[in-house]
Amino acid sequence: MNPQLTAPDGRSPCRRSTADRGELLALCARTAAAGGRLVSLWASERVGAGSPGFMLHVALQDSVGLHVVGVELDALSPEYPDLSAIFPVAERLQRAAFDLVGVRAIAGDTRPWLRHDAWSATTFPLRHEPVTSAPDVSEPYAFVRVAGDGVHEIPVGPVHAGIIEPGHFRFSVVGEKVLRLEERLGYVHKGIEKRFEDLSLEQGARLAARISGDSAVAFSWAYCMAAEQVTNTLPPPRAAWLRALFLERERLANHLGDLGALGNDAGFAFGLTQFSRLKEDLLRANAHAFGARYLFDAIIPGGVAPDPSAKAMAELSGEADVLEGEVAALRKIYDNHAGMQDRFVGAGELTVQLAGLLGVIGIAGRASGQRWDLRCDSPQLPYTDLGVQRVLRTQGDVAARVAVRFDEIFESLRLCRQLLATMPEGPIATRPADARADASGFGWIEGWRGPAFVALTAGAGNSIARCHPHDPSWHNWPALEHAVIGNIVPDFPLINKSFNLSYSGHDL
Amino acid sequence: MLRVLKQIAHVGLLSEPLPAHSDEARLREALHADIARVFRRAVSIRQVDAGSCNGCELEIHALENPYYNLQGAGIRFVASPRHADLLLVTGPVSRHMVEALRRTYDATPDPKRVVAVGECGACGGIFGESYASAGAVANVIPVDVVVRGCPPTPTALLQGILAAVRAG
Repeated sequence: MNPQLTAPDGRSPCRRSTADRGELLALCARTAAAGGRLVSLWASERVGAGSPGFMLHVALQDSVGLHVVGVELDALSPEYPDLSAIFPVAERLQRAAFDLVGVRAIAGDTRPWLRHDAWSATTFPLRHEPVTSAPDVSEPYAFVRVAGDGVHEIPVGPVHAGIIEPGHFRFSVVGEKVLRLEERLGYVHKGIEKRFEDLSLEQGARLAARISGDSAVAFSWAYCMAAEQVTNTLPPPRAAWLRALFLERERLANHLGDLGALGNDAGFAFGLTQFSRLKEDLLRANAHAFGARYLFDAIIPGGVAPDPSAKAMAELSGEADVLEGEVAALRKIYDNHAGMQDRFVGAGELTVQLAGLLGVIGIAGRASGQRWDLRCDSPQLPYTDLGVQRVLRTQGDVAARVAVRFDEIFESLRLCRQLLATMPEGPIATRPADARADASGFGWIEGWRGPAFVALTAGAGNSIARCHPHDPSWHNWPALEHAVIGNIVPDFPLINKSFNLSYSGHDL
Repeated sequence: MLRVLKQIAHVGLLSEPLPAHSDEARLREALHADIARVFRRAVSIRQVDAGSCNGCELEIHALENPYYNLQGAGIRFVASPRHADLLLVTGPVSRHMVEALRRTYDATPDPKRVVAVGECGACGGIFGESYASAGAVANVIPVDVVVRGCPPTPTALLQGILAAVRAG
């Protein structure tokens, strides 16, 4: 057993343990049976002192909080039991761990997931030998074929028709009805985990913010939380409050944008015009108060960078009141618009039971009865004192995912007002001490889409030995494949948008 | 329906007024003139995400909000490269997107312009060149204009589009 990591920010500490391959399966089964879930799964190569080999890392969430298990794997034949029967989300994570590190889940799906043709099947980018050349021939991907009279295949992407990230969707349809959807992602794999290893602990925060631009605050906070653990740094209170303010404003910006886009996807362009105006107002207010529309570099290890004046904060408070009135008016219009409700209600339904089985998380989860919200389940400063109200729906359709966004906007506005009213004075950053080499830290933040997780191991001289970010989209992409079944193809953009999952955050 | 009309009346027209001395005003007026001169019709843009973090996409979306009102300047986004005059490409170019980007470029008829967006589109940004990233958009297709920023503001994007249109 490794000693407990104390999180100095008010959250219950992360538990760490080691297990062997046999114990791993039993531990996962016990966690799942008690209502816990898989947070992430990743692998790393052991180098340096001691025997060479590989480590599998499994992060779990149970009623106490975060529990990270390390499993030593054999150097010559690094294998471990397939966890996907217990945690379905493990399936793709396991395939990705093989693509990047070459550790294999026994009897798991062996198709590559993140690897297309940028590297060959026998090279592993996250190992310490450098990747030399790419394979000569592009290997075809074995999509599951659907047979039957009148079944057609519609391939969509990677380049999509709108202003959206790339990915491939393979539909099997009869007429307009979707029989099956299979996703193929990995098109925007940029080698982020490897890139972290080139950067210092301080520089890593900038990369973390750019894992998924729409979640820059969530990921940079999660990264900085981990960096602060390995340097034993406690940011000052004003920094914690400002971080939460930035996070809630990021939540607001994304929810406003999505509500407009969803209206547009249902043919109600008025909605897009109105919500995009409100989002623009919010971004301009960010620029005025914090110096940038998008807060990519606002969170740094030890604290934050921008320090808004009292006047700017008073203006933000006033703007929050105005925004609340505007959104309330638009909600009435949305709720009463028969044509749009006809599109929203019943489309892309994900039942509570299926969402639970698949481990769906974040806003999509909360629209299908999955209560998880780190701000309530495992809060850190300042959320410990804010009493965040959980938003929950059970219909699991597009209408429910719209309702969750509306409800969360009002809750976020309430939180912003409270944060502004109770903002501590004082410094906005503490200079981090040197990291303990080989120390590990874990950051975990309820971003707007769901919980963003960052596992970080420091190297010598404040370098990064290993950094594994986990975007909540990993949990929800498989659920989309289920949600579209039985819907018509023209409703796919609407259903996809109602989930609004990250491609870049997923592909790393 | 009444609520919708009331809301429209309440919000009013937001397209920003064009004071003669403002850079942004001159920009938009110049854009109109240049579009007419080079393309003789509205500019159609095909946006391609070749590997971005999705931050640049957020600011590109903002171009269509009522403040920037891109469509009011005669510019619209189209669904196919075959309908496009200009490719607006965010990067870095992931190696898994190289072929798709090349095919999109080839499918765009002449005359065409390419605008590479953001620090990543310009030089690979924080991702650089690696086993997974081919770096700048210009490493894969010819680029006429680069709009720097991380992400670039909608105004900077407008200036980049204008510069590309004028370059003809």
